[in-house]
Amino acid sequence: MGQFGIGQPVRRKEDIRLLTGKGRYTDDVHVDGQVWAAFVRSPHAHADIRGIDIAAALESPGVTHVFTGADLEAGGVQPLLYDLPFKDRNGKPMFKPARRILPTDRARFGGEPLALVLAETAEQAKAGAELVEIDFEPLPCVTSTARAGDPDAPVLYPEHGSNVAVHWENRAPDEIDALIAGAAHKVSVDLVNNRLVVAPMEPRCAVADYDAASDVITLYTPTQGIMTMQTAFAALLNIPKNKLRIVAQDVGGGFGIRSKRYPESIAVAWAAKKIGRPVKWRGDRSETFVSDYHGRDQVNHAVMGLDRDGRVLALRLETIVNVGGYCGDNGPRLPIDGGGRIIPCGYDIEKFYFSVKPVYTNTVPTDTYRGAGRPEANFIMERLMDAAADATGLSRIEVRRRNLIPTSKLPYRTQMDFVYDSGDFIGTMDMTVKEADWDGFAARRAESEKRGKLRGIGIASFVEQAGGRPTEEMRVKLEADGSATVYAGTFSHGQGHETVYAQMVEDFLGIPFDQVKLVQGDSDTTPVGGIGTFGSRSSMMGGVAIRRSCNQIIIKGKRIAAHLLQAEESQVRFEEGLFKVNVSSVSIQEVARAAADPSKLPEGMKAGLDENYLFEREPDAMNFPNGCHICEVEVDPDLGIVQIVKYTAVDDCGVVLNPLLVHGQVYGGVAQGIGQALTEDAVYDETSGQLLAGSFMDYGMPRAHHFPHMVAHFNESQPCKTNDLGVKGAGEAGACGAPPAFVSAVVDALSPYGVKHIDMPLTPERVWRAIADAKSKRAA
Amino acid sequence: MLDFTYHRPASVADAAKIVGEIEDAKLMAGGMTLIPTMKQRLASPSDIVDLGRIPELKGIRRDGADLVIGAMTRHADVASSALVREAIPALASLAGQIGDPAVRHRGTIGGSISNADPAADYPAGVVGLDAVVETNQRQIAADDFFTGLFDTALEPGEIVTGVRFRAPDAANYQKLRHPASGYAVVGVMVARFGSNIRVAITGAGPSVFRAMEMEAALSAKFAVESLAGVSIDAADLLSDMHASADYRAHVVGVLAKRAVAAIS
Amino acid sequence: MNVTLTVNGQAISRDVEPRMLLAEFLRDELRLTGTHVGCDTTQCGCCIVHLDGEAVKSCTLFAVQADGSKVTTIEGLAGTDGALHPVQAAFREHHGLQCGFCTPGMVMMGADIVRRIPGADDETVRHELEGNICRCTGYQGIVEAIVDAAAQARS
Repeated sequence: MGQFGIGQPVRRKEDIRLLTGKGRYTDDVHVDGQVWAAFVRSPHAHADIRGIDIAAALESPGVTHVFTGADLEAGGVQPLLYDLPFKDRNGKPMFKPARRILPTDRARFGGEPLALVLAETAEQAKAGAELVEIDFEPLPCVTSTARAGDPDAPVLYPEHGSNVAVHWENRAPDEIDALIAGAAHKVSVDLVNNRLVVAPMEPRCAVADYDAASDVITLYTPTQGIMTMQTAFAALLNIPKNKLRIVAQDVGGGFGIRSKRYPESIAVAWAAKKIGRPVKWRGDRSETFVSDYHGRDQVNHAVMGLDRDGRVLALRLETIVNVGGYCGDNGPRLPIDGGGRIIPCGYDIEKFYFSVKPVYTNTVPTDTYRGAGRPEANFIMERLMDAAADATGLSRIEVRRRNLIPTSKLPYRTQMDFVYDSGDFIGTMDMTVKEADWDGFAARRAESEKRGKLRGIGIASFVEQAGGRPTEEMRVKLEADGSATVYAGTFSHGQGHETVYAQMVEDFLGIPFDQVKLVQGDSDTTPVGGIGTFGSRSSMMGGVAIRRSCNQIIIKGKRIAAHLLQAEESQVRFEEGLFKVNVSSVSIQEVARAAADPSKLPEGMKAGLDENYLFEREPDAMNFPNGCHICEVEVDPDLGIVQIVKYTAVDDCGVVLNPLLVHGQVYGGVAQGIGQALTEDAVYDETSGQLLAGSFMDYGMPRAHHFPHMVAHFNESQPCKTNDLGVKGAGEAGACGAPPAFVSAVVDALSPYGVKHIDMPLTPERVWRAIADAKSKRAA
Repeated sequence: MLDFTYHRPASVADAAKIVGEIEDAKLMAGGMTLIPTMKQRLASPSDIVDLGRIPELKGIRRDGADLVIGAMTRHADVASSALVREAIPALASLAGQIGDPAVRHRGTIGGSISNADPAADYPAGVVGLDAVVETNQRQIAADDFFTGLFDTALEPGEIVTGVRFRAPDAANYQKLRHPASGYAVVGVMVARFGSNIRVAITGAGPSVFRAMEMEAALSAKFAVESLAGVSIDAADLLSDMHASADYRAHVVGVLAKRAVAAIS
Repeated sequence: MNVTLTVNGQAISRDVEPRMLLAEFLRDELRLTGTHVGCDTTQCGCCIVHLDGEAVKSCTLFAVQADGSKVTTIEGLAGTDGALHPVQAAFREHHGLQCGFCTPGMVMMGADIVRRIPGADDETVRHELEGNICRCTGYQGIVEAIVDAAAQARS
């Protein structure tokens, strides 16, 4: 294939626009006549609301309207309900209360939106919001994941009587417990998977514009899936789908939280129609800290029994996940049949007990964040494997080798009913060990020691899962000028689809890369079966739908070519953009031109070469990106500062469509994983329930100096067997591999002190304290 | 942010006149702290007096053995100044560690010390180097200038015009950077003037302070081992989500030793 | 009050409220929306522009403070012939951007680094980027791009 075909490191089409300031993000949308919105937010973590007085706010200069939940509900706005089918072992369903868009009775987390103020300018709206008087009766609050289920914890929903939404279990534990009790080696870990602020760089915005003539609300908003959002939001607004148009052009990062049902967007859309003027809301960064969904936030207790040879016999895992003040669209799902379903990841463990308790607390609701449960699952398994190495005396590599699922066992159906189609987990680990020069580590450690630094090396082997929802629709249209347009149901927000899809079309149809255009981001033109971009699904779902749309174009093209060449359709072959019959041929561009001209078409054929494909994958046909990451750190033992000095990743993403972009996904995922493990922590004050890490002044976003120049390779020997392209998801792997590899490395560096684990994030103080504690324990 | 009246005086005298006449007026130097504070509505002055166009406040000059840095001299200028790098390299190094390059293109020494943020870097430099703060009214010894959390000896209407440094025989600044804000979790300036040693600590307490026991120990013998057994009482230190008082006390000890080692 | 300045080579004069930030002036008054606002605490660097040739955070600067100054934004960095600035070109070559939101600030900072430190190496560039946050790229392509452009600037 050519230099722009599949597999080439093609430079991105979208870059010129984004590098010259011509990107168009939601905050760049300005609609004439717009009013500005500001939200009144709860200053309390937990409080009953006795009354809301809007009179003073309405008098404030420039304020045009003030709305509360009562107004929205009178206007038909629906509360958020959750499709979460989990039950306990007795069949009792999960408690999943509705979330009101703007509650008028009780606030359940600090920052929860309670009223909407509209004014002529943004500053006037903010000033007006300060004048809305809410009579609060503060209540005791709970923020701690571990303690939310305690009998004496303040309860968010008195009607349920407990903060535990459900106690879900995959099976009865007895057999597992007996196996572990009888095992030669028994290891256990207690882990905190810290709460994170997702913080895509573009703060959340919403601009709504209502057209009375057509009765259509147009909502400009960052998203990850146009049609998914249209369906969900129309339902909440209680209007037909075709009365809500969703538009997003450029979106400044997603990471899982962009497509969620946010109260602010619903309120803004409703208000625009209510008042008949466009409404714009721009979240400040500090505001997004307490209103965007947060990520992670679990505590895990895991026990594993191994035989004398270090083979795992059984695993027992108990997870508490903090879902926040309300469910979140997917919050409780993540550890159960979201990412958590990947347990026991790459390991051949058939006997395991798995228990999950989602708990409500007075915190921002949590939801999908890069990896969505898989980073948490892999972190548990990798910490267990390190503990197993420690207990058995095997090396960390060897204990993994003995337990990873060998390629010969594939396809492999896990106890959680995933089918691993392809992968070379042990081979990938061996590649990484070699690339990282694991064998040369001792010399590097000695060199670091000379400089007073403790050096450590850590390894993580991981398997994750890509796919998400089982359908996606794409449309490929050939224009009369020979160019092609891809109408995408997916939604690129940094992934580079404009480039990759064009590579595909060049490959599949022979239409030059720069004559392929991507159209996305408008519900008026997006295929109705569009779902979106999350869960590392765009290539495996959207890509396959493009492949099949192109196949349909080729089939129709052959009929047209046969007509033009006066041949039988069966004689026509399609090769590299040419329809050929013996020695004569006609290009796809000529066929496209002909297709636009009914006089040149076979009788009865509809004009145009314009094909949609709604791809529905088989239920089992997800895929399982996997890899091995090795991290090397230097620890300053006096201060506890950890510096990553070497990072090596080998990822199996199946067929790599564009290595430049897939490497970018790996590096970005690693950075988010390292952020979680090194600097990021959405800490709440347990007494007041206030988010202490409430801005970039307190929340440690990873910076360039936290990373070395990373090295990433692919193991491309294992194309996915369940999709046409052989691709596996590439977006989330880094976030799975980095935290356990990093923690493993730091613990290895501190091995002279006998440190076994440090909870994330490994801040200087925590590392220093671990050393100090270990030293004093030894002295005692 | 609430709106305000903006003033751009051309001289210190004019600036002093405005702040003398308007009770709620606020002086603005680089604005690196004031503007974010105003955005969060934690400050809403009626008037802003921008010191950015007063030529007499800018620049770095030698005055005999002293180095005088104008109040409106930016961190980037101090960090890259040949004069400062030659006379007091530790001060240039300190300035180069403040915030980030874009912040250093705006933030000023006068603004930093007048704001007296407990985690700012400059207070450690000014106190550690035994500088004299010059104002439109008087000269204030560094030891008398910082009086508490965001508090200084400045009277209403008093404007810092510059800081006068004398070159130490040697000095070194060590900093543990805050993981998010970039401020000093702990910053330690150690300066040696003959047998007189000064150790100034920022970030750790509610205001910059001198570690007297360390100074005494180092004055007796300027060596890392002199600091063995000298500790800072954690009871007086700040504690927050990033660093407990215990840890800060420990870090002060480590950074002080490193600073001494760097210039021994 | 009146503010008169040069933006991307063009003389501009406007009456603004003193509280208007330079970032707001550029985005809302001049509709130069390439300059982004990613935080409210002067941390993220999305809003970096050049003020009289130096990188500054335009969210922490009143428009009136820029009176009489020359401002260059991301829209004005490329040559008048449309040729990308070397830093812009290097970002594309090294895949230094994904979602593009931090990109204008990164590029403007990158150009400032290249101007001040021709030949800047990997470690130097990483420290110089202290005031710029990217959530997508892990900084790998960004650092490569700036190091590359800095090497070109020295040669």
